Amino acid sequence: MLLLGIVAPLHAEDAATAAPTAETAQTAPAAAQGFAAWVAALPEASYSEKADLVQQIAASGDPAAAPLLRALLENRLFSSTDGHVLISKTEGEPQALADAVSGEASNLSADDVKKVGTNNSLRKTLKAAIAQLSLSDKDAAVRLAAVREMMRSVDDESTAALRAHRETETDARVRSAIDIGLALADLASSDADTRLAAVKHLSGDISADAYNALLPLTSKNDDGSDVEPDARVRSAAQMAVRNIEGKRQIYGGIETLFFGLSLGSVLVLAAIGLAITFGVMGVINMAHGELIMLGAYTAYVMQQLMPQHIALATMLSIPAAFCVSGLMGVAIERGIVRFLYGRPLETLLATFGLSLILQQLVRSIFSPLNRSVATPEFMSGSLTINDALSLTYNRLYIVIFMFIVFAALLTLLKRTSLGLKVRAVSQNRAMARAMGVRTEWVDAATFGLGSGIAGVAGVALSQLTNVGPNLGQAYIIDSFMVVVFGGVGSLWGTLISGMSLGVVNKLLEPYAGAVMAKILVLVFLIMFIQKRPRGLFPQKGRAAEG
Amino acid sequence: MIRRLLLSDRGSQLFFGALLLLAIFVPLLNLGTAETSALHVPGYTVTLIGKYMTYALMAIAVDLIWGYCGILSLGHTAFFALGGYAMGMYLMRQIGTRGVYADPILPDFMVFLNWKELPWFWHGMDHFGVAMLMVVLAPGLLAYLFGWFAFRSRVTGVYLSIITQALTYALLLAFFRNEMGFGGNNGLTDFKELLGFDLQSQKTRIGLFLVTALILAISYALCRFIIASRLGRVIEAVRDAESRTRFIGYKVENVKLWLWTFSAILSGIAGALYVPQVGIINPGEFAPINSIEVVVWVAVGGRGTLYGAALGAFIVNYAKTYFTAALPEVWLYALGALFVGVTLFLPQGIVGLLSKLGSKRKAS
Amino acid sequence: MIGARLLGQRRRSAAPKLDLSHNIILYLEGISVSFDGFKALNDLNLYIEAGELRCIIGPNGAGKTTMMDVITGKTRPDTGSAWFGQTVDLLSMSEPEIAIAGIGRKFQKPTVFPNHTAFENLELAMAGDKSVWKVLFAKLNSAQIDKIDSVLKTIGLTEKRDTLAGGLSHGQKQWLEIGMLLMQSPELLLVDEPVAGMTPQETERTAELLVSLSGEHSVVVVEHDMEFVRSIARTVTVLHQGSVLAEGTMDQVQNDPKVIEVYLGD
Repeated sequence: MLLLGIVAPLHAEDAATAAPTAETAQTAPAAAQGFAAWVAALPEASYSEKADLVQQIAASGDPAAAPLLRALLENRLFSSTDGHVLISKTEGEPQALADAVSGEASNLSADDVKKVGTNNSLRKTLKAAIAQLSLSDKDAAVRLAAVREMMRSVDDESTAALRAHRETETDARVRSAIDIGLALADLASSDADTRLAAVKHLSGDISADAYNALLPLTSKNDDGSDVEPDARVRSAAQMAVRNIEGKRQIYGGIETLFFGLSLGSVLVLAAIGLAITFGVMGVINMAHGELIMLGAYTAYVMQQLMPQHIALATMLSIPAAFCVSGLMGVAIERGIVRFLYGRPLETLLATFGLSLILQQLVRSIFSPLNRSVATPEFMSGSLTINDALSLTYNRLYIVIFMFIVFAALLTLLKRTSLGLKVRAVSQNRAMARAMGVRTEWVDAATFGLGSGIAGVAGVALSQLTNVGPNLGQAYIIDSFMVVVFGGVGSLWGTLISGMSLGVVNKLLEPYAGAVMAKILVLVFLIMFIQKRPRGLFPQKGRAAEG
Repeated sequence: MIRRLLLSDRGSQLFFGALLLLAIFVPLLNLGTAETSALHVPGYTVTLIGKYMTYALMAIAVDLIWGYCGILSLGHTAFFALGGYAMGMYLMRQIGTRGVYADPILPDFMVFLNWKELPWFWHGMDHFGVAMLMVVLAPGLLAYLFGWFAFRSRVTGVYLSIITQALTYALLLAFFRNEMGFGGNNGLTDFKELLGFDLQSQKTRIGLFLVTALILAISYALCRFIIASRLGRVIEAVRDAESRTRFIGYKVENVKLWLWTFSAILSGIAGALYVPQVGIINPGEFAPINSIEVVVWVAVGGRGTLYGAALGAFIVNYAKTYFTAALPEVWLYALGALFVGVTLFLPQGIVGLLSKLGSKRKAS
Repeated sequence: MIGARLLGQRRRSAAPKLDLSHNIILYLEGISVSFDGFKALNDLNLYIEAGELRCIIGPNGAGKTTMMDVITGKTRPDTGSAWFGQTVDLLSMSEPEIAIAGIGRKFQKPTVFPNHTAFENLELAMAGDKSVWKVLFAKLNSAQIDKIDSVLKTIGLTEKRDTLAGGLSHGQKQWLEIGMLLMQSPELLLVDEPVAGMTPQETERTAELLVSLSGEHSVVVVEHDMEFVRSIARTVTVLHQGSVLAEGTMDQVQNDPKVIEVYLGD
């Protein structure tokens, strides 16, 4: 405090324009008043004094208060030897320091400043203060977050603030959040009726706060007596807890289902190209995974070409990947596969060799390290439905994307002349040729189509995982299992099998763990194929018997 | 009789001749010459050739089912690895108090994982006899179970290939888990001795080398015996016209199951011989690509001829050793090109090429 | 290995003996088979007497080959029953069990083992214990070698004894397959289009052979060649759309108005 007396006047001059109350600081150092003075006092104050200062700063109504308190909470507040208080952009090593009161950039370096310390109880005070400050923010979302923050530690002060704020609050969501917060506070009331009303109010809420507050009311103390003395409140709390648990379970189930569907979509995307090359043409393409990988690298390259337009680059990489992988597919068909028709095991080996070459090629060009592909703005973040359920946008888009690709493919095969020819050749090659279909051309086009779809799948995968030379390998066994499980030659079968395998995998995960779930699914598939070698939706008829 | 059987064809003569030469000269030139001598075979070469011989055994096992019976297994190294793990468990138990944590019972990794007791399947593995039984039983039983289901439901062709690949993949994932009790990611290693012989000593290495050569010879002879019998002709009949074989009264699934299990046991034995020579077994051995590599050895050498498979194992692995040391970047290109080239241009492998050249020369 | 041996021997003793006490060797009753909605066989009823030579004719798609598939265990019917003699239920048996029980089949498209010699093809087909363990240690005795050589003579392939079957002509493959049937010495022979691709002389020899086989064996021949059918048949069955349209001597059948309609209206 002694030092402050010398420093404060100097500082007050600096801050004079920023804070109109600054001149009061000149009168007496010990009784320094006003925003700038409180700020200036912070670095040297004891923790309990700091708590008082924080309260005062929060109550000052100064626009600079909130950023300052946040900086203090996040350990980004520094003091210089000449008494300035500065905010750093980052935690740890101070960087891009700016004056806490005026906001002016400072050219002080890390060596000239010292961190303003906090302790646990101060941080608690800070959080509450920041929340109260945020209550008056213009943005409803900020206010909502503030209410949630205040709900964590309910005390008389915060309830009073919440109650006062509820009257003026215009946003319905914020208001209901405040109601819950107040109900939480009411749980501690000595009046049983108030508690009962609060329990009833909370029984519809699925937030962790409500649940954690209600749960103790249903339990017993160490000496065997009930925590909640009133029987009515107790039974209401039990009902409420059960109610909340039930709801959370449902939402948990929905979330698992969603994870399952998004994993399933990935599987379907990876397998659907294979369903064409393997299912329709009967060609075992072990390089299918590498075609997916090429698609993912195409997305990476497109983003490198247009670093300023990530979203556009990602969209453009869908057709680009289709072309890259599709052309590669045509080359594989013309160069290798066509010499090996009717010899599936040889095809398998040759294309496996090719997959090794493609992997090594990618390693040589892009290095063996994983590359990360940026996620476009519109795909990041998540869709929050409520406290227990939020769906990440990238997974949501993958599911939608899969359905688009599937529908497009189905239309192509069922409604276009290429589709007609593809089906004709797959059913009776000799007859199709006799009818004037250029089977060689159809083979190449079909293979290119399946491979192109693999490339598109690669773009989708690049949004979920790292892109590396081994990307394809991870999916090849899964893809084959999906196609075989669904029934070779059936696109719908592939869709259903991929989706169900994805969901089953995710349903098993909580009980068995991720790896074990995968093992169980594999073992199930191995057993299933023994039982029904032709999959879920087998092609029927004599043609399939051979 | 036995001579007629084993040496009736040129390839088998060459195979046994080469094996005999290796068994005589490698130990002689390793132990009997000074290290500075130009003729000296260094210790690591002995181990390397020993390793190749276990690969050759593996290749013969795969050739038996693929080349002769048309069953393409893309998961045969699962059996190799199981045999290897059985041997590894025995070797782990022999370490005793010489481990880092010096626990007389528990292997190091279990102490590290804070396990208090030996899992049930580790009991008895300190007896060589039990461990050797497991070398045969573990891959044999798995193969028998798998084959019993697969062949009875007539899963054939690429479907079978794909589920064998899924099998080894599932095992790969399972063995990576610490909870499985097989050392997880790191596998089993730091072996000290085998039947009381120090694994680091050159004499033990030579001994292992000779045992490997002997077992390779015996296995080859057994395979020859099977192939030359009427069963061998049935096996090839299954490969060429499976349903016709059924209609003349052979239970194809029994034939396949028998041969498949036998082949898996050979693979397991190969794995058991591999582990003490290489000094480690880890889940990586289950990787699907390993199984496919074995298939390439067979394809390169020439499937449908046992000596061709063995030759392929030696050639491809020598190339691998050479490339991965000298030009590591190039190895996968070379291996990939080998796959493509052999299937497109050399369907009968090197042996087929040589015999074609031979018959051409005779003709001209 | 031990397990395989057990498996190989498991069912052998279970197969009941062939009982011909009612002089009927094959009963097919109410057999229906459909593929994807298409009825290949539709309530088919057929009885073959012991020692009979029966010819089955019918237009394409009448269900002749499907019927053979049902008898030999390749296709399972949706409904109906199939008995071999009085006691052997064919529908509960696998292909090799049916073959061992005494039903031999020659396919429409000759399928021999291309990488085995003619001799080896016959050796493989030879009747006997076909379990894995027995076959592994099987040795040909001189009587068996003589038997194979005599069959080779019968089918005119003595010269080709050590030629790979893949290198034989189409007609020779047909003969080799008939030879394989003979080696099996089955009670009932199912012969699908035996003379397709044969010269007139070969056809004649085939006719002689089949006729000589009947009596001791029962023979069912499916054939398109009417001349050939006329030359060997005592009883002819006409199949149409998966069921029996007519049955009788060749003359009776040829004058049956239903048959005429089917063949002419086709």
